[in-house]
Amino acid sequence: MQALASFLCGLIFGSGLMISGMTQPTKVLGFLDIFGRWDPTLAFVMAGALAISSVGYALARRQKRPVIAPQHFWPKRTDLNRPLVIGSVLFGIGWGLAGLCPGPALENLASLSPRVFVFVMAMIAGSTVLDLWQRHAPSAIPIENAPLANSDG
Amino acid sequence: MGAFDPISALIGGGLIGLASALLMLLNGRIAGISGILGGALTMSAGDKIWRLSFIAGLITAPIIIGSLGHPLPEPQMPTSWLLVVSAGVLVGFGARYGGGCTSGHGVCGIARLSARSIVATGVFMVSAIAVVAIIRHGFGG
Repeated sequence: MQALASFLCGLIFGSGLMISGMTQPTKVLGFLDIFGRWDPTLAFVMAGALAISSVGYALARRQKRPVIAPQHFWPKRTDLNRPLVIGSVLFGIGWGLAGLCPGPALENLASLSPRVFVFVMAMIAGSTVLDLWQRHAPSAIPIENAPLANSDG
Repeated sequence: MGAFDPISALIGGGLIGLASALLMLLNGRIAGISGILGGALTMSAGDKIWRLSFIAGLITAPIIIGSLGHPLPEPQMPTSWLLVVSAGVLVGFGARYGGGCTSGHGVCGIARLSARSIVATGVFMVSAIAVVAIIRHGFGG
């Protein structure tokens, strides 16, 4: 059941990315190019997403438990630390270089573009490097909920 | 690049928000793609299934929308392979080190008013905008 719900959520998420044009890297770069011919699309996408997700989360806070799972996995961290900032700077550099972030990158695998495939492999490599680093020097990256290496998302 | 269409942007964004809300209401999970992917690569079998299912749904979306007459536009990628690889590594490493990406921090995190996510989103926006400014307009170079 959880797998089916997850599949449907992925499907809806992917449809949203596609309908909003966010699978196209040049569209994302158009938003990031504030000194050029600025394309405000991404701001509208985020506004639309936040309008619905914040209501959904408010409802989820009132649930005793999720409909088909034993508990909510709300991220617990609240501290603003260096990994948060450094990681976000690096992520932003990569995002600005190619116009792709993880969601659209995975979805674009459906285009069978070799460049997207290589991008996703590189992304998985980057993610794996971090996991190996964390495993060998756990103190280097203080991530709580140890098995849940993703602290916020 | 398509022209700016605020209605599709809002509808598409709304669907992204709906998917994020449903994943929490049904499965109790945050729809952060970098985290979902990272967990799918590292976690035990029991935790992998919902993650891989979500990713499968994400990749299936263009096939379904395409069959309705709206094919996935061919993604325009950088011509340099070195750039493609470096960007991928930075996105993969950075998103995990920073605890999330555009979905986990930018949508889910801001929706629950997390200070960490608001800071992260501001930081990666500024960083990406700076990179695009340098590449396209040669600022600071």
